[in-house]
Amino acid sequence: MNDKSNTLLFVRDLTIYYITDDGVVKAVNGISFDLERGETLGLVGETGAGKTTAALGLMRLIPDPPGKIISGEIVVNGKNILQATKHELHGYRGKEVSMIFQDPMTALNPILTVGDQIAEVIRLHEKMSKEQAYKKASDMLELVGIPSERMSEYPHQFSGGMKQRVVIAIALACNPQLLIADEPTTALDVTIQAQVLALMRELRQKYDTSMIMITHDLGVVTEICDKVAIMYAGQIVESGNLEDIYENTKHPYTKGLFGSLPSLSSKVNRLSPIHGLMPDPANLPDGCAFHPRCPNKMPECETRCSVNTEIESGHFVRCLLYE
Amino acid sequence: MLKFVIKRILVTIPVLLGVTLLIFTMMYFTNGDPARLILGDEATEIEVEVLREDLGLNDSFLEQYTNYLIGVIKGNLGTSYVTGIPVSVEIMDRIGITIRLATLSTLFAVVIGIPAGIISAVKQYSAVDNITMILALLGITMPNFWLALMLVLFFSVFLNILPASGLYGPLYYIMPVISISAVSIATIARMTRSSMLEVIRQDYIRTSRAKGQTEFIIIFKHALKNALIPIITVIGIQFAISLGGAVVNEQVFAIPGLGKFMVDAIKARNYPVVQGGVLVIAIMFSILNLLIDLLYAFVDPRIKTQYQKSSKKLKIAKEEG
Repeated sequence: MNDKSNTLLFVRDLTIYYITDDGVVKAVNGISFDLERGETLGLVGETGAGKTTAALGLMRLIPDPPGKIISGEIVVNGKNILQATKHELHGYRGKEVSMIFQDPMTALNPILTVGDQIAEVIRLHEKMSKEQAYKKASDMLELVGIPSERMSEYPHQFSGGMKQRVVIAIALACNPQLLIADEPTTALDVTIQAQVLALMRELRQKYDTSMIMITHDLGVVTEICDKVAIMYAGQIVESGNLEDIYENTKHPYTKGLFGSLPSLSSKVNRLSPIHGLMPDPANLPDGCAFHPRCPNKMPECETRCSVNTEIESGHFVRCLLYE
Repeated sequence: MLKFVIKRILVTIPVLLGVTLLIFTMMYFTNGDPARLILGDEATEIEVEVLREDLGLNDSFLEQYTNYLIGVIKGNLGTSYVTGIPVSVEIMDRIGITIRLATLSTLFAVVIGIPAGIISAVKQYSAVDNITMILALLGITMPNFWLALMLVLFFSVFLNILPASGLYGPLYYIMPVISISAVSIATIARMTRSSMLEVIRQDYIRTSRAKGQTEFIIIFKHALKNALIPIITVIGIQFAISLGGAVVNEQVFAIPGLGKFMVDAIKARNYPVVQGGVLVIAIMFSILNLLIDLLYAFVDPRIKTQYQKSSKKLKIAKEEG
């Protein structure tokens, strides 16, 4: 395409708060990343790290109130999404960027047929007659491995894995340039997980779609991602390509994540988990958000948060140890 | 589906039996002698006794009830003590007015209540929402006969623009419909609001937003249809209440409907009329409930499958047994 840098998505200092009566929940605190066409980014973190909020922010789907995008920039195809009008957003969602939601059980409308729900997104974005849209919807269903005769069935007649396939079919129906997959496999059992991942990989190759894969499963990341960003308390603490993160782990939190994974190759008596719990995003500690749990804590960590430091080309760490 | 309908109709039979037994027993034990009321104070004790014998009032409770039931099954609800006209004829003359009033009131309530509830839900905690909900609270708490009286006072007595009683043209319907539907509007609006609030937070609503769907279609196509089940339930109940609740309003506006007819009959110890009227209302309630149940299946495919499943199960059970 004519974009010289080949960058599809450009996020800078995205900050999203939930402003409630009980205080401000700082869900996302200034995250920045780029994504090129055809590239897949894994967004990894514990529950509550702000991954889903960040994804919803990219879709401009933060429930407002209480959610508010405080500052930052989201540029997709050269357009700043945060300044888009309502009308522009209708053309953006589902067409340029679409999202696979976490829980397939609830993501489909129970009273509309599966065919209706796939055809809906097609009719919104493509100039097609009703018949053509339903034809395409049935093709999409076949594409994700569901016989098209089941078009006229309702979501409750499908199993969880099949519902997730339908959700994927909806997300891919208009060939989006960016696909955000929010823990697409978490609600599924392991065999179905593998099938869904294989399917997504296949479809990504077919359509050259960029992807953001949100997960807390480091195994899923190695299967499908090119780049990884580790999130903690609403910040990206470490990011880089697979090798940077898996072989050349720098941030104490990332090390902790790997330390808490059992390994088949090396024998350890005990796993070394990260002690403590994720801080309450409504009440983040001063300085580095990770310092209360950090094994390499320095006195300075309590007062000052590190800036993002590029230690190798493309490998960023947000930790005072590497500043 | 057909099996389900037949089953539902069969279930209403014991309900109606229960209704007849209850109302018959109540009237049986109420004070007052219908024979004396019919003949007036001047009649002699012997005349009264003869009439009592004629009407079967001296028979035992069980005999009287059995005779009544046999009559009902034959389609004979008895004869009015006061006019001598068959009860079924008298009810048929009046029921149309009551049904028309209840239908108009319910339609009015739906047309006002559902949009009000939707707006309240979509603009939760806004001024519109607050005002709507305060009005709804007023509507629920205000007794409808009082509202009827206030309407008469204001529109008929002060402004003199609406007729205060009778039912002779479209203008005559305005105040009865408003006073009967006030509670329904409020109840439907509140139910719509809470049901919509629950639905618009669902994941599938977010999914349709993520598709780029416009807010209007999301609310009316995706959300409202999902929120409809409890709303339909409330509309059905309100319709039934309007049928029965018209009793008081028909009295206030002097409307010659079933309600006023029954109140008069109760005052006159006109047993056959009261029993017949209650039975007819009970039948209408049952039909209404059946229609609502069928409407559920129409709105929600999951309920439809359930019905189909249960009839399938029956089939399998029959084949096996």
